[in-house]
Amino acid sequence: MTDVQAPRSGGLGAHSPEVAAAKARRWGAFYYAEQVLRVMKNYAWSMLMYSVGQPVAYLFAMGVGLATLVDSQDAAAFGGVSYLTFIAPALLVSAAVMTAANEFTFPVMAGFKWRRTYFGPHASPLTPSQIAAGHIMAVTLRLLLQSAIYFAAVAMFGATPHGGAWLGILAATLAGLSFGLPLMAYSASITEDKGQFALVMRLIVMPLFLFSGTFFPLDTLPLALRWIGWISPIWHGTELGRVAGYGYGEPPLLTMVHVAVLAGLAIVGWILTRRRFEKRMGQ
Amino acid sequence: MMPAGTRSGRLPHAGTVIAAENLTKTYGDVAAVDGISFSVSAGESFGLLGPNGAGKSTTMKMIGGVTGRTSGKLSIMGLDPDSHGPEVRAHLGVVPQQDNLDEELRVRDNLLIYGRYFGLPMSYLGPKADELLEFAQLTDKAKSKVDALSGGMKRRLTIARSLINEPRILLLDEPTTGLDPQARHILWDRLFRLKEQGVTLILTTHYMDEAEQLCDRLIVVDKGRIMAEGSPARLIRDHSTREVVELRFGSERNTTIAAQLDGIGERLEVLPDRVLIYAHDGEGALEQVASRGLRPLTSLVRRSSLEDVFLRLTGRSLVD
Repeated sequence: MTDVQAPRSGGLGAHSPEVAAAKARRWGAFYYAEQVLRVMKNYAWSMLMYSVGQPVAYLFAMGVGLATLVDSQDAAAFGGVSYLTFIAPALLVSAAVMTAANEFTFPVMAGFKWRRTYFGPHASPLTPSQIAAGHIMAVTLRLLLQSAIYFAAVAMFGATPHGGAWLGILAATLAGLSFGLPLMAYSASITEDKGQFALVMRLIVMPLFLFSGTFFPLDTLPLALRWIGWISPIWHGTELGRVAGYGYGEPPLLTMVHVAVLAGLAIVGWILTRRRFEKRMGQ
Repeated sequence: MMPAGTRSGRLPHAGTVIAAENLTKTYGDVAAVDGISFSVSAGESFGLLGPNGAGKSTTMKMIGGVTGRTSGKLSIMGLDPDSHGPEVRAHLGVVPQQDNLDEELRVRDNLLIYGRYFGLPMSYLGPKADELLEFAQLTDKAKSKVDALSGGMKRRLTIARSLINEPRILLLDEPTTGLDPQARHILWDRLFRLKEQGVTLILTTHYMDEAEQLCDRLIVVDKGRIMAEGSPARLIRDHSTREVVELRFGSERNTTIAAQLDGIGERLEVLPDRVLIYAHDGEGALEQVASRGLRPLTSLVRRSSLEDVFLRLTGRSLVD
């Protein structure tokens, strides 16, 4: 191997530090999103399997197995639609929330502590809030893609009678962010891993999944438990998905409340996340 | 609006790339960096030498525009990093103390994605990445996962990554800590080539040999303050004698025997494991020791180093 000279200087031409800084100020979040997506690409296959495999498993178990039993009972209990149609939006939203719960916990810890991957870009012109935003953008894209695949699988089972059912993809993505962004702020505040994330999954995500009107309408629950649904992004997202999916009748005001709650949680989560990132990286 | 450079108070003279004045950083009540001032000229190799916890890394983070200062003035290329963080960082290449490579990406992709953070187009990054892999002697590892690299290779990849934007200033925080001697020498050779190319090097180290090899000028830092400043040779001349005699009498006896060495050489330093005699003529001092009937277990005459300078200035060793 021939020895080489140290890298030459001055070959950058139009890409001076000034240009780099200006571009980074404008597009920095996208640059970081590109990095997260490149890493995700390594897991593309397992992500695809998860996106397709999980709905198919659930749909067979619940939609085909359980549904035969449920549908032979009182159809009015589920708003006059088949059980499969009833749970399809809920499964879509739950899957998005669970993916968000994963993407906004362990990778954040890896970024700050385990692999310190946030600190590489932080030494470049990117800012902490752009790094946070890029992470979020990449996960949002993943949620959209996963929900679209999930939706297609559900549609093949004939569980989406309504023309606007695809809007459930957006509802699921929004629900994922409204749960995921406050969680991301929490993840960014953890300096030592004491199994907090496992607790989040078991003590928050699972109860929300079970008590958010997922498998039965929320109002069949006693009042003492119904509040879980009211504070749950899964319930708000699911109700939106049902309105879009089969024209579930609820007052338009309530639909707006769902959107407002989901958007509100996501915005508060983003503000807290950004603050956390700026503080922790600026130390 | 005034140009950024004039805001730093005193106008750095032409060619000054970094100017710090009373730079201070406190965490709670603790002053990690306690009012230090220095300036660095373009093309210079400037070192911060000091033990762990001296405030070297904190200073580097402030220069690197990732940590704000508590007080004082700081300008990099005439820019204040607190208000122009992205602009300052666009000028720099940074090799952090701990590698933070993307372990899940391949070696070459690490360079490409890092270049993207500077908004650099792929048409530039492709050939540049290959050139840097060659420079870092990692060409045959281009497609490997970072996980599979040795410590020295990861370090070289980190240096290659820091050069992707062709920075004129390179910040190196403890570049060779934790590497074996061979890997260190390869790294020093690469850094020396960059220096020859006119890249300004700012490096922290607690290895005196590294400081002597690479630095034109350095500051000795302890507890957040500058203890001395100058070229390695100058510091040794000013703060130590030409030669040093190292004597070991066994850990129990060093202190008691030291009393009998009084008057030999210019100065005596008693450490737990050895006694140091500072003298212009080491061999002569050693003969005097023998003439007093003292028989050390081992003896060694060597030239003074920055380690001795540090010991003199702080009363402590560099590496605890």
